[in-house]
Amino acid sequence: MKLNVNGRVQDVDVEPEMPLLWVLRDALGMEGTKYGCGIAACGACTVHVNGEAVRSCVTPVGSVAGKKVTTIEGLAPAGKMHKVQQAWIENSVPQCGYCQSGMIMAAAALLAKKPKPTDADIDEGVTNLCRCGTYARVKKAIHAAAGDKVDNAMPATEAPNGQKLA
Amino acid sequence: MNATLSRRQFLKSSAVVGGGLALEFSTAGTALAQFGMKDSPLEVTHWIVIKPDDTVVIRIARSEIGQGSATGLAQLVVEELGCDWNKVTTEFASPNEHIRRKRIWGSMSTGGSAGIRTSQDYLRKSGAQAREMLVSAAATDWNVPASECTVANGVITHGALKKHTTFGKIAAKAAKLDPPKEPKLKDAKDWTVIGKSARRIEVADKVTGKPIYGVDVRLPNMLIASIVQCPVFLGKVKSVDSAEAEKMRGVKGIVKQDDFVAVVADNWWRANQAAKALKIEWDGGKYANASDDTIRAMFKEGLEAKDLPAARKIGDTDAALASAAKVVEAEYESPYLNHAPMEPMTSTAWFKDDGTLEVWVSTQNGEASIAATAEAAGPAYPLEKCEVHKTQVGGGFGRRGAPQDYVKQSVLIAKQFQGKPVKLIWSREEDMQHGFYRPASMVRMKAGLDADGKIVAMKSTIACPSILALLRPEGIDKGIDFTAVRTFSDATYTIPNQQVDYAMRNGHVPVGFWRAPGLQNSFYRECFIDECAVAAGKDPLEYRLAMLKDGDRNKAVLQAAAKAANWGSPLPQGVYRGIAQSDGFGSYTAMVAEVSVDPQGALKVHRIVFAIDSGYVVNPDMCRAQAEGNAIFNLGALYEAHHVKDGRIVESNFHDFPLPRMVEMPKVETVLVPTGGFWGGHGEPGALNVVPAVLNAVYAATGKRVRSLPLKDGKIA
Repeated sequence: MKLNVNGRVQDVDVEPEMPLLWVLRDALGMEGTKYGCGIAACGACTVHVNGEAVRSCVTPVGSVAGKKVTTIEGLAPAGKMHKVQQAWIENSVPQCGYCQSGMIMAAAALLAKKPKPTDADIDEGVTNLCRCGTYARVKKAIHAAAGDKVDNAMPATEAPNGQKLA
Repeated sequence: MNATLSRRQFLKSSAVVGGGLALEFSTAGTALAQFGMKDSPLEVTHWIVIKPDDTVVIRIARSEIGQGSATGLAQLVVEELGCDWNKVTTEFASPNEHIRRKRIWGSMSTGGSAGIRTSQDYLRKSGAQAREMLVSAAATDWNVPASECTVANGVITHGALKKHTTFGKIAAKAAKLDPPKEPKLKDAKDWTVIGKSARRIEVADKVTGKPIYGVDVRLPNMLIASIVQCPVFLGKVKSVDSAEAEKMRGVKGIVKQDDFVAVVADNWWRANQAAKALKIEWDGGKYANASDDTIRAMFKEGLEAKDLPAARKIGDTDAALASAAKVVEAEYESPYLNHAPMEPMTSTAWFKDDGTLEVWVSTQNGEASIAATAEAAGPAYPLEKCEVHKTQVGGGFGRRGAPQDYVKQSVLIAKQFQGKPVKLIWSREEDMQHGFYRPASMVRMKAGLDADGKIVAMKSTIACPSILALLRPEGIDKGIDFTAVRTFSDATYTIPNQQVDYAMRNGHVPVGFWRAPGLQNSFYRECFIDECAVAAGKDPLEYRLAMLKDGDRNKAVLQAAAKAANWGSPLPQGVYRGIAQSDGFGSYTAMVAEVSVDPQGALKVHRIVFAIDSGYVVNPDMCRAQAEGNAIFNLGALYEAHHVKDGRIVESNFHDFPLPRMVEMPKVETVLVPTGGFWGGHGEPGALNVVPAVLNAVYAATGKRVRSLPLKDGKIA
């Protein structure tokens, strides 16, 4: 079957019931999209299909024929960063980073629909799991990407030991 | 259940050997060992390689599991080296070279919040040595005394001669010099890199989906495996019918071992589909009927047992309890918990045609991984013929350190596919049901209060499986596993009579180092102290402060947390505070939680104020990130649990082992109060007080004392 991933149409010889996640990872060698649970519970595998965030671990590849798939590798043009990725760096979001491809894809899809999301919109729109617990920074970075003012600086302080922390 | 027997059986019958054991492997006598051998003419010290373009490569012996240690460790080196931070990169030190060079990089273990605090001395020293060598080489070139040269941002300058050179230009000459034995280190007050929130070095890779994790390894002609392990711990494969699986598309072979079966295919999904089609009959063995009830009965028996070893004995606790004005007594318990890192267990092994064996792995201990590799491969593959490539790790939390089960499995699987790399990825279901769980435990506490409500005696009996018995038996001291008794055995409360008894009750569920091992004891102790404060009619903050000596850092952090949280000030209607303090992993911590509980019993945590004294702080923002992560990780522990039925773990994925989501994230405020003179950790201390601070606030809100986790039906009842 033919698959349109990140604007490139490619032939893949796979079973139509194979989840899109494993076609991306093992057949096409695009491994930015991650396996976390296989039951659409964690969102590590989030990609866009025609602009909608979907969980690729439960999306049979046959169902996306003729549709546009966007993965983390294609979120921004080569060598550039999407505003969400930029905000992620500026707000030091990732820890282990494993869930972050999915988080970023979910955030980008949310912002495409709701350019100025509230906290509640983000809670509802980004239900991905992060075991490291980066949620507060994910939220902050989404606000930053939306153009909201966020405070991401470590306040400069002098510690009791005389260390200047910043 | 016979504890000793079950442990021994476990070690014998499964593919588990802890890092602690592995590290004892002797490398003496290996032909390749040459102490001090350099692998590159640009290796200035074994930690630092400087390239002609001024790039500084800092070797990282520990693992980067998300805690930010690669960045923090590099900061320690750069502080003394004096190079340009923007030209710094890191690489993981090779475990093979580490063995050949007689463990030149020290510990590769990444646990116990110890990465920075236990390597800061030799890393700063190495940075200073390299700086002095670089300066010395430049000074020799210029024929001036080294003392007349200055260093800034990787440039060496002689002001009077108006000469300058860069680290990159002089590195090859500097590398030929002997490192000075006692280089001069900076005073803490002069630090400009340590104490700054340098951005995570690998951050760009992590937001652009670069294939940097163990699961992402791709090699020529690579095969991919999925595994099915005996659902009953310590059980075995009785028979396998793989006829149907073998016929499925992409399947290359089936690997049968004592306690697992793996399917190897050209694609993970195909391997996993075929694994589901296997018809396996298991022999559950003697634990096939173990359940929550048998495990609780084992703990109950432990609490009643006579002649238990004492982890602490001060004064005459029984006598003081007998004469106390009031006695407070309670039993607490908590369940097994999985680490559940987002990246499942994974390891890729390749038996190469040249007789060597290479492994790529998400590990918390590269040295334990290479030892596990050699052990699983057999005598034809001594350590020096093995290599381990460490990848970025998609979460560890203790799962990928001492237990190297998945590495051994990948080696055993690949051994049957000589010449081809085989990547093993566990399904989430395997990951959930084959963990090394945070021990379940049960504790009975009894406190004697005098007429003023002050605690004069406290007796604690702890029934808890031993992590060390399974993973590092040499660490057991007179029947005591310190990870099972900590927080009781080392409490700094000035209680004149204290007794802490330990009933090691192991069962068959494997236990391991779960982020902040022993942290359930902070829940028990700090909630029980709260009960005593209530019984005494005292404010829980004042009650604790009165039991802590002046000069005890626990007292100072308690005051710092209370001050930052405005302890005692009015709160919005329906919001209540709780407080707790514990030390551990080299740091002193206290926490105030603000919560509300709705009429249906649903808990909402609004704010957490966390104070920590870690002596020094290397990267403040990453310390804050660790505090945030610890907060939500442990709020999850209020709701998560593993149940045991028919000898196996019941929960299988995130639908029945629910991790917290964004909506549950409270506001976390971190108060860094480092007092200097010591180096404490940050990866785990923030975990200690979350549960007790929240549950003490729940008591303040509802009058209901939660003594058993998880919360029944997720509610305060």
